[in-house]
Amino acid sequence: MSAPLMALEQAGLRIDNRAILDGIDLRFEAATLTALVGPNGAGKSTLLGLLAGDHAPTSGRVSLGGRPLHAWNARALARERAVMLQEHAVRFSFSVEEVVAMGRLPHPPDPAADAALVARAMAIADVSHLAPRDVQTLSGGEAARTVFARVLAQATPVLLLDEPTAALDLRHQETLLRRARELADAGACVVVVLHDLNLAAGYADRIVMLADGQVAADGSPREVLTQATIERVYRQPVRVIAHPTRDVPLVVTADA
Amino acid sequence: MSRGGAIRRPRGGLLLLVALLLLVVAIIASFGTGPLKVAPGTVLHVIGAQLGLADPAGLSQRDLSVVWNLRIPRALLGALVGAALAMAGASLQGLFGNPLADPGIVGVTQGASLGAVGAIVLGATALGAWTIPVAAFLGGGAATTLIYLLARAGAARGTATLLLVGIAVGAGCSAAIGFFTYIANDTQLQSLVFWQMGSLAQADWRDLGAALPVFVVGTLALLRLATPLDMLALGERQAQHIGLDVRRTRIALIALSALLVGAAVAFAGSVAFVGLVVPHFVRLLAGPAHRWLLPLSGVLGALLIVIADTAARTLDPPSEIPLGLFSAALGAPFFLWLVMRKAPRGGAA
Repeated sequence: MSAPLMALEQAGLRIDNRAILDGIDLRFEAATLTALVGPNGAGKSTLLGLLAGDHAPTSGRVSLGGRPLHAWNARALARERAVMLQEHAVRFSFSVEEVVAMGRLPHPPDPAADAALVARAMAIADVSHLAPRDVQTLSGGEAARTVFARVLAQATPVLLLDEPTAALDLRHQETLLRRARELADAGACVVVVLHDLNLAAGYADRIVMLADGQVAADGSPREVLTQATIERVYRQPVRVIAHPTRDVPLVVTADA
Repeated sequence: MSRGGAIRRPRGGLLLLVALLLLVVAIIASFGTGPLKVAPGTVLHVIGAQLGLADPAGLSQRDLSVVWNLRIPRALLGALVGAALAMAGASLQGLFGNPLADPGIVGVTQGASLGAVGAIVLGATALGAWTIPVAAFLGGGAATTLIYLLARAGAARGTATLLLVGIAVGAGCSAAIGFFTYIANDTQLQSLVFWQMGSLAQADWRDLGAALPVFVVGTLALLRLATPLDMLALGERQAQHIGLDVRRTRIALIALSALLVGAAVAFAGSVAFVGLVVPHFVRLLAGPAHRWLLPLSGVLGALLIVIADTAARTLDPPSEIPLGLFSAALGAPFFLWLVMRKAPRGGAA
């Protein structure tokens, strides 16, 4: 099929008469890694939830491949987009490998190919050595990488990741985002909620900065990550300097 | 469960085969066991004679009647009830994402009992012999739906919420059962005692014939939901993300659990804890994958009830220890152990 593309058109979400998101117009292209950033409560995770189809918008429209999300059946949708949430608890003692293999369930079964894809996903997410482990005994970071492997095994053109690096150590943060970057380079549409502006700067093609349920800035890392924009949205003095080894901006907090 | 170590799983197929063999042995042994001992040869003779394969000459009328009219339908019905309760327990645990969900603990059994008791006392006969099973099914279904809605609504829908909601729904049903008991006449009262205790003493071929299709349909339909139940272990949103229609699955699980618990309650009264103990044991043995968990729970649940019921009618002749008393005596300490073991990990299961 043609490159799937997600779109929000004047999408809004009101809960108890409070606007969580309001009038969001965004398009997400193939072969692009977009970072969603913004202060606490800006609506980043909620926006990702709209894209995932977890919440229906109370106004406007959310679509994948030109079709509104509610018109997709769950299984067909799961072949097009994979989602990594912040909560990774598994209710029973499945093994890491069993959980990763669940990523293959939306696809028609093909034991040999599925096993290869699962093994590859576990290798990429650096959980191969955990394969027989009980997921309920994993550390937070190991659990997050297991979920990332499941998302990879799902092999979808669209990936939605909600703070995938929150529980990870420095090295695994970089590795995970490098993998996401490679997927985007290979043609995937990747949308990642990130708290760390420097991770966003290092790996995203595009940064969408949210504030109070609306889009405050949208553009390349260099366009969005300016001292003026960050100080206005986050109300925290910062300096934006050149990264010592990478050709990207580096945001550091400053004193007033 | 391994503590940080690797998970090693025995073969589910082999376990299932062994469990089935044990069940067959237990069922056949129960035909000859009881206050009146019947030799295995005589048991086979009775079965052969009734099926027209052997000459009935030489069989005492008493052996024939006890084995064929009482024990065989009772053991088979017990097996069906045990399988239904254990499989309903496993599927409720999958639905709630909580290993402590048991039809008796979360109030589904009480709902089904209320349906049955209500039908008896109000003298409902609209559906003939099916009236009480249908009423039990409706009661169980209503209770499951109510518990599900309430236990899910809370922000922290951990173990505590589920158990508290279950207690509340169970108490509400018990109060209503109490009210029906209060207004019941003497004949009805006798039937009511049966529901409260849980017993297979009234089992006969007619019951078995009525129960069989319900249990077969219910258990086969549940077996088809093994993969959706695995997916639900990731959480409801996550299950939806990997392609599960969560809403439809939820409705199917609630309906099937209520059907099986309702049927079990209708034919055997309330027998608690089978749905808790058996799936938990199977998870330790064969892991949480529902492809094996469901059938193994079914077979071992059947085995447990057949053995418990045989003991119930053998240990204190000529009277019978109520089966529900047996299962509660076994299950209550086990439940406590489960709760204590879970406690250090915090409320969320």
